[in-house]
Amino acid sequence: MVELMLPKADRPTKGKTWPKPAGAKRLREYHIYRHDPEQNANPRIDTYFVDLDDCGPMILDGLLWIKNKVDATLTLRRSCREGICGSCSMNINGLNTLACTKGMDDSKGPIKIYPLPHMPVVKDLVPDLTLFYAQHRAIEPWLKTTSPTPTKEWTQSVPERAKLDGLYECILCACCSTSCPSYWWNGEKYLGPAALLQAYRWLIDSRDESTQERLDDLEDPFKLYRCHTIMNCAKVCPKGLNPAKAIAEIKKMMVERKVAA
Amino acid sequence: MATSILHRATGIAMYAGTVLLVAWLGAAAIGQDALNVVNAIYGSWFGQLVLFGFTWAMFQHLMSGLRHFIWDFAVMMEPGRREALGWATLAGSVILTLLVWTVFVWVG
Repeated sequence: MVELMLPKADRPTKGKTWPKPAGAKRLREYHIYRHDPEQNANPRIDTYFVDLDDCGPMILDGLLWIKNKVDATLTLRRSCREGICGSCSMNINGLNTLACTKGMDDSKGPIKIYPLPHMPVVKDLVPDLTLFYAQHRAIEPWLKTTSPTPTKEWTQSVPERAKLDGLYECILCACCSTSCPSYWWNGEKYLGPAALLQAYRWLIDSRDESTQERLDDLEDPFKLYRCHTIMNCAKVCPKGLNPAKAIAEIKKMMVERKVAA
Repeated sequence: MATSILHRATGIAMYAGTVLLVAWLGAAAIGQDALNVVNAIYGSWFGQLVLFGFTWAMFQHLMSGLRHFIWDFAVMMEPGRREALGWATLAGSVILTLLVWTVFVWVG
């Protein structure tokens, strides 16, 4: 249900200001959400200063600089540092994005970093994405066929393959789903933009032979139709994909098959 | 997201606006005295302001509804276009509100 305020125990308080690096000429201020659920305390916003002459240009470079040189307890996920693994998704200056592909020079003033919104926090910038992954699993993201398996590969024409462009690139970083108010409020019943984009990716795959079953499964007031075209998903996607459009295409498929029946 | 919130807010405002309409019709059904009272309230500067706001809320909700109708065809959803469509709903609602008030209130 709609929650306009966080419970009192979850509201961040002003945290510690860590010392500025000695002798640094160019500094950048980071305000970072810190929370350890095992400690019986409110989350806090810590202030750090990054030496820009000793650090790479991206937000993630700054976070790792802090972790290596200032505060080793700062907890975050990261892996590829080039926007392909989707691990370092977080809320930066109010927008969900990947820390590795967002430059520090994209904004002025202190860089404010929070975990992905409305997710349970495991620690600091690490959200619990168990439900998010379960939803991806629920749309059965694999090729389902009934025809005999061909001796070589399942073939697909060039135009048929082109239909998957803008869909297959999704890295499951969860930026879209966790930016969606419908997902915040009905995340347990609404599949969310990321899972639905993948659902559409399999629905329009020319090789897949379970389109009707897939549509049957999505024909539900919550799973699909909690999308109210708010468009935050398309706005934040760090890969420039458009989950809102994919969802609109699924809704269109639903209507088309009703009309055809 | 702002236009999405606006769509919901104007939708709620229309409930309140409909109560005003029912009050006016109800008063007319009761008699001339009751209608005079309601007309006096609605005719005051504050009443006019509320009614002007109600007109705008109705047109904004209508324009926004048309935007969702367009989106139901999975078109105009690309970056740039979707924002343009949002601004168009605002422009359309303001123009239509001014038009209706000019024709039926200020001139008529």
